Amino acid sequence: MSSNEQNLDAIREIRQMMDRSSRFISLSGWSGVVAGGSALAGAWLAREKIAAYFQDGYGKTEACPVCLRNDLLAIAAGVFILAFVAAVLFTYFKSRRDGIAFWGASARRLMWNTMMPMLTGALLIWRMIELEQYELVAPASLLFYGLALVNGSKFTLGEVRYLGYAMIVTGLISLWFSGYGLYFWAFGFGVLHILYGLSMWWKYERYTWLSGPRA
Amino acid sequence: MKNPIEQLNKIFDSRIRLGIMSALLVNEDVSFNDLKELIQVTDGNLASHLKTLEESAYIKVEKGFVGRKTNTTYKVTKAGEKAFRLHLDALEQMIRQMGK
Repeated sequence: MSSNEQNLDAIREIRQMMDRSSRFISLSGWSGVVAGGSALAGAWLAREKIAAYFQDGYGKTEACPVCLRNDLLAIAAGVFILAFVAAVLFTYFKSRRDGIAFWGASARRLMWNTMMPMLTGALLIWRMIELEQYELVAPASLLFYGLALVNGSKFTLGEVRYLGYAMIVTGLISLWFSGYGLYFWAFGFGVLHILYGLSMWWKYERYTWLSGPRA
Repeated sequence: MKNPIEQLNKIFDSRIRLGIMSALLVNEDVSFNDLKELIQVTDGNLASHLKTLEESAYIKVEKGFVGRKTNTTYKVTKAGEKAFRLHLDALEQMIRQMGK
């Protein structure tokens, strides 16, 4: 005998298996908030460094553009590491709470599809810095990161796609506003990440957070 | 009107076979180990259900190697896809009728 309950169960099972096997859905909204926060802090630090450089050193013999460049690179690396570690940690906790394997085929696919555009962009930016062409560093980082998100969105929460679109638009606009790169960068990596993280948390995690760990 | 219960495919009666088909429909191929983790069953149990699906020509098996280890992956066939869609249609109809 097949009852309605059983049929609904079967459909629930099918839907769950389709989602679980094709998408990595444990990305936590908190990782977006932390990534955005550290990007804003990094942008603020960078602005201080740049301001100090132009105030104290510029045009004088003790001016050290290489030091400024290295400081800025160190800040960028710090922001990236902090954001990455936060993303991995929060996602790990969320996958444990949801009872989903953290490192499976879907996570690998997500990693590969986001890392490929990002590494390409990183190499391009590396070469720009080597050639001392700094003008397009901020737009390039926004654009490649946006493309990475759009590409990766097929393998995780679909909303990541909109974050990617927003990054790309920000990056495109900033192409025509050189000199304001840092502000666009702060908006894209900071504000957009925080908005995304909060809305994801509101949409998917609010309930589990309030009701404690799921059985 | 035909009774939709008759349209339900007996092969998809089992939760495990239903799970295998669902996973294969949205992925190009899925390995044995990934299926095992997704559906949370023992090796032997999974293997016997895979055998049933293979014998019905709903899935096909591809044996390969990752380094030295064997890596068996599964794909859904055209016939399997069709049978699964018919099964879903039947489920949908039954729920509609009972909801009235």
